[in-house]
Amino acid sequence: MIALKLAYKNLVGAGLRTLLIVFVLSLAYVLIIYMNGLYQGWDRQARIETIAWEVAEGQYWQTEYDPYDAMTLTDAHAPVPAELEASVSEGKAVPILITQATIYPEGRMMGALLKGIDTRQKLLSIPTDLLDPDSDEITAIVGTRLAKAAGLEIGDKLLIRWRDVNGTFDATDLKIAEIFKTAVPAVDQGQVWIPLSTLQEITGMSGEASLVVVDKSPGEGTSISGWEFKGHDFLFKALEEMIKSKTVGGSVFYLIILALALLAIFDTQVLSIFRRQREIGTYIAMGMTRKQVVGIFTVEGGMHAILAVVLGALYGFPLLLWTTKTGIKMPEGTDDFGMAAAEHMYPYYSLALIIGTIILVMIATTIVSYMPSRKISKMNPNDAIRGKII
Amino acid sequence: MKNGSIITIESLIKSFPIGGGEFTALNGINLTFAKGEFSGIVGPSGSGKTTLLNILGSLDSPTKGHTNVLGTASDQMNPRVSAMLRKKHIGFIFQTYNLMPVYTVFENVEFPLLLLKTPAAERKKAVLEALEWVGISDKVKSKPPQLSGGESQRVAIARAMVKKPDLVLADEPTANLDAENSHHILQTMENLNKELQTTFVFATHDEKVIGYLRRIITLEDGKVVSDKNIKK
Ligand SMILES: Nc1ncnc2c1ncn2[C@@H]1O[C@H](COP(=O)(O)OP(=O)(O)O)[C@@H](O)[C@H]1O
Ligand SMILES: [Mg+2]
Repeated sequence: MIALKLAYKNLVGAGLRTLLIVFVLSLAYVLIIYMNGLYQGWDRQARIETIAWEVAEGQYWQTEYDPYDAMTLTDAHAPVPAELEASVSEGKAVPILITQATIYPEGRMMGALLKGIDTRQKLLSIPTDLLDPDSDEITAIVGTRLAKAAGLEIGDKLLIRWRDVNGTFDATDLKIAEIFKTAVPAVDQGQVWIPLSTLQEITGMSGEASLVVVDKSPGEGTSISGWEFKGHDFLFKALEEMIKSKTVGGSVFYLIILALALLAIFDTQVLSIFRRQREIGTYIAMGMTRKQVVGIFTVEGGMHAILAVVLGALYGFPLLLWTTKTGIKMPEGTDDFGMAAAEHMYPYYSLALIIGTIILVMIATTIVSYMPSRKISKMNPNDAIRGKII
Repeated sequence: MKNGSIITIESLIKSFPIGGGEFTALNGINLTFAKGEFSGIVGPSGSGKTTLLNILGSLDSPTKGHTNVLGTASDQMNPRVSAMLRKKHIGFIFQTYNLMPVYTVFENVEFPLLLLKTPAAERKKAVLEALEWVGISDKVKSKPPQLSGGESQRVAIARAMVKKPDLVLADEPTANLDAENSHHILQTMENLNKELQTTFVFATHDEKVIGYLRRIITLEDGKVVSDKNIKK
């Protein structure tokens, strides 16, 4: 209690210096919480969007299917397994057939994935109901990213060339029925969606699919006759790693601020222990043990962290709250990160993040306050009383 | 220990390591102090006054010999025991006052009682009383930087006296004060000595202080060269 009161008085007595350190330290709190909240928010948002648009509760992959190796697509198709047929007809599972194709927008040539999807599906947010499997022309929908890259607009015709099951090339015109906006590049960039039945027909892969999206996870690693289940753990691994690497990169900035504050506290401690030898000697003369005096100085340094919480809360709380309301506008080109990113990012500040940050900063502050204070336990009180220690 | 004595010192030697060898600051001291004494260790600068006072106050320990301060023998001393002894029974007054600049006068004087965990009501009463003893009741809310040297030393006396210690050790308490202030604080301490039976030991070479002492112990080169009681 004495230590707290004394610490408080000494810090307030130091005035501007204290204010400066406390401000920088509060900045570290707010930045740490903001940056991590941003990535946590991004992670949450990306998961929600990816679940809605791409993966639902998981996907069965045909054994040959490997999204990172386009060459495998030639063989990555098989009849939808009988075990999933009931779910498919109930709309609880959505088969998707994927084949490599080349599109020729405005006479240019671009590689693309041609994806066939059940037009009645409701599991994914892709507006497949705008596809017409019974039309004479082949209707297609694409995302805004592809539309932009290929210069497409609704109603445009798009020449496409693909190989059928025997490897024979074929080509036709598609009619763009809709351009949809999504935060998930994985269903947009380089992708053209057409009705499943149409794709099966033109490739000669009747009743086949490359993957089946499902609305319920049977458990990671489950497999049924040539199809392997990939759950969220697997499908979000890349996202997790991406977020992690971004979090590490983003932390450099606030770690510098934090280091600056800690350095200032360390320096203040060294200086005040030197300048306040008389006080230290007097405490000992009045019957405090050296340990208690070390405690007083450690608490005093550590109290910067407490004052910084107060100051940080004062401006940080409304600021952070505001960012959760309005979101953060993401810079152009964020789409190209290859992960789901909406135009506005809504940071997510969990209680664990806030409390964790406060504890972390307090521990760091206490350590840098304690280190110089240890010197006190080696001081000769008689020299200290007379201010004779150089 | 002799009857009625609160401090005994026998064959005390104190030496400090300097350079390769050592320097003997106190060399064979034998002294006893009785309760209620108003005594002083006098002698030229460097004669060992402060060193002796520090040993009396258990801030330092003898190199050789034996001491017993307020019932605690030097061979029982350890940092804990000596801290406890100082906290409960010994008050210090320094040449440089050594007040805490961020605390008010009241809080400075209150500090020793906080260490003793005295209840708040009792604390307040004792602090106000101590401030009255030294005649500085009007400055309770001031902070040390706003006080004159004389006022500061009076606060320091109140701080040393507030717990009603058995022993007060004052090292050159008047060295930074003018004559008027010196006499004022000496009269204050003399009165407290009479009223509370507190034992005072000074270390000084100031003639003004010596004039108030009832026992003068003269130190030269770490040895007691005379020990006189003065009839008042
Ligand atoms: N910690 C120490 N280390 C070395 N020498 C010391 C130390 N403390 C005191 N001395 C020496 O002991 C002698 C007595 O010092 P001190 O007790 O301070 O004298 P006084 O108070 O009478 O002026 C001096 O010569 C001083 O230099
Ligand atoms: Mg001295």
